[in-house]
Amino acid sequence: MAESPFKADIERVQKEYSEKMTPGAIAYIPGSSVVNKTGSWRVFMPEFNRDKCTRCFLCYIYCPEPAIYLDEEGYPVFDYDYCKGCGICANECPVDAITMVRETK
Amino acid sequence: MAVRKPPITTREYWAPGHAACAGCGCAAALKLATKAFSEAMEEKYGDPNAFAIAQATGCMEVVSAVFPYTAWKAPWVHVAFENAAAAASGVEAAWKKLGRKGKILAIGGDGGTADIGMQALSGMLERRHNVVYLMYDNEAYMNTGIQRSSSTPYGAWTTTSPPGKYSIGEDKPKKWVALIAAAHQVPYVATASIGNPFDFVRKMKKAAKVDGPAFVQVHCTCPTGWKSPLEKGVEIARLAIETGVWPLFEIENGDFHNIKIQPPGGGAKVTREGGRIVAIEFKKPIEEYLKPQGRFKHLFKKPEAIDELREQIKAMWKVLGVDVTLPKPEE
Repeated sequence: MAESPFKADIERVQKEYSEKMTPGAIAYIPGSSVVNKTGSWRVFMPEFNRDKCTRCFLCYIYCPEPAIYLDEEGYPVFDYDYCKGCGICANECPVDAITMVRETK
Repeated sequence: MAVRKPPITTREYWAPGHAACAGCGCAAALKLATKAFSEAMEEKYGDPNAFAIAQATGCMEVVSAVFPYTAWKAPWVHVAFENAAAAASGVEAAWKKLGRKGKILAIGGDGGTADIGMQALSGMLERRHNVVYLMYDNEAYMNTGIQRSSSTPYGAWTTTSPPGKYSIGEDKPKKWVALIAAAHQVPYVATASIGNPFDFVRKMKKAAKVDGPAFVQVHCTCPTGWKSPLEKGVEIARLAIETGVWPLFEIENGDFHNIKIQPPGGGAKVTREGGRIVAIEFKKPIEEYLKPQGRFKHLFKKPEAIDELREQIKAMWKVLGVDVTLPKPEE
């Protein structure tokens, strides 16, 4: 399983922003929004079937978050910390490798 | 198993955790636009990060920069509603003076481009600044609560164009900013859609590579404002292309006689003459595009309004030099 490409950013934001307010209202850490875990918005959750996947990358291209990144072999990895559960990936998947299931908490 | 490479760079300039609604088509468009831009910069200057972004107020500005956080992983400046193009011109002039290589990307919504930022855009195009202006067109002021803009299509519901007994919603035709931009005879003007991302990425890269100003208008779905299902964001944008509501065209150097048109797909019959598309016979009625959207719900009680919309679409295609046939749905 590939590691989230945003892990280092999260650590940096948590370390630096907790110590001081940003001077001059400049958001100086690029991509610092990664600390907002928008996954809690989700009602339906995408479930990925790796055996059906043909690696066409359509889900990776369409994801608006982006909550999908790719592992070493090119398979999509779903980042449930950020996925808002819109279901575009499941709707666009040509081989139905993604299904939306109701979230259970 | 063998490794497969994606058709687009895996570098991200649009980080997750932004506050866009679930299923936002514009967020996907900006993600792809920045990726395409960085690829083009790498091919042209050898540096994938040789770009900066100036963005007007609008949905994508509000959701991406909630202080003290930012979703952008590229140099980015937020400017007022009307002057994204003017700020981008200034950044470009400064870069020129400093001898820095690269290109500036200006981003505005349809309100910030078609209504409020029109003068700044026109000035930027006329002064021939080396800037790409990306207009993400979700067809109303979605950020402030779905008010009509001049880019809102005929018949659409918005909070300031409510349909009722004496009103059909928005009663004026859509303003095509891409055609206005092309009239400045700039090197490159194109329309794209999130329904055809490969075409969008190709056009974005082409726009980034030309010397001089370029304008790209991208159609993207807004599930909140269009009252459409979340998961159909891309599907509805694709239906807009396949039914003829949204044309995909490119105009180079203001040459209106040689407009390049992307075949719409969806079973449409395309007639060419000397390599140029002169007629398109669409197979899907525009009702297929209107039906999944709540903002057009009231039109189905007034079929004459849908016919009027059909006439307007035909007139718009005529400007592009294409005769279109739009079918009516089978009873």
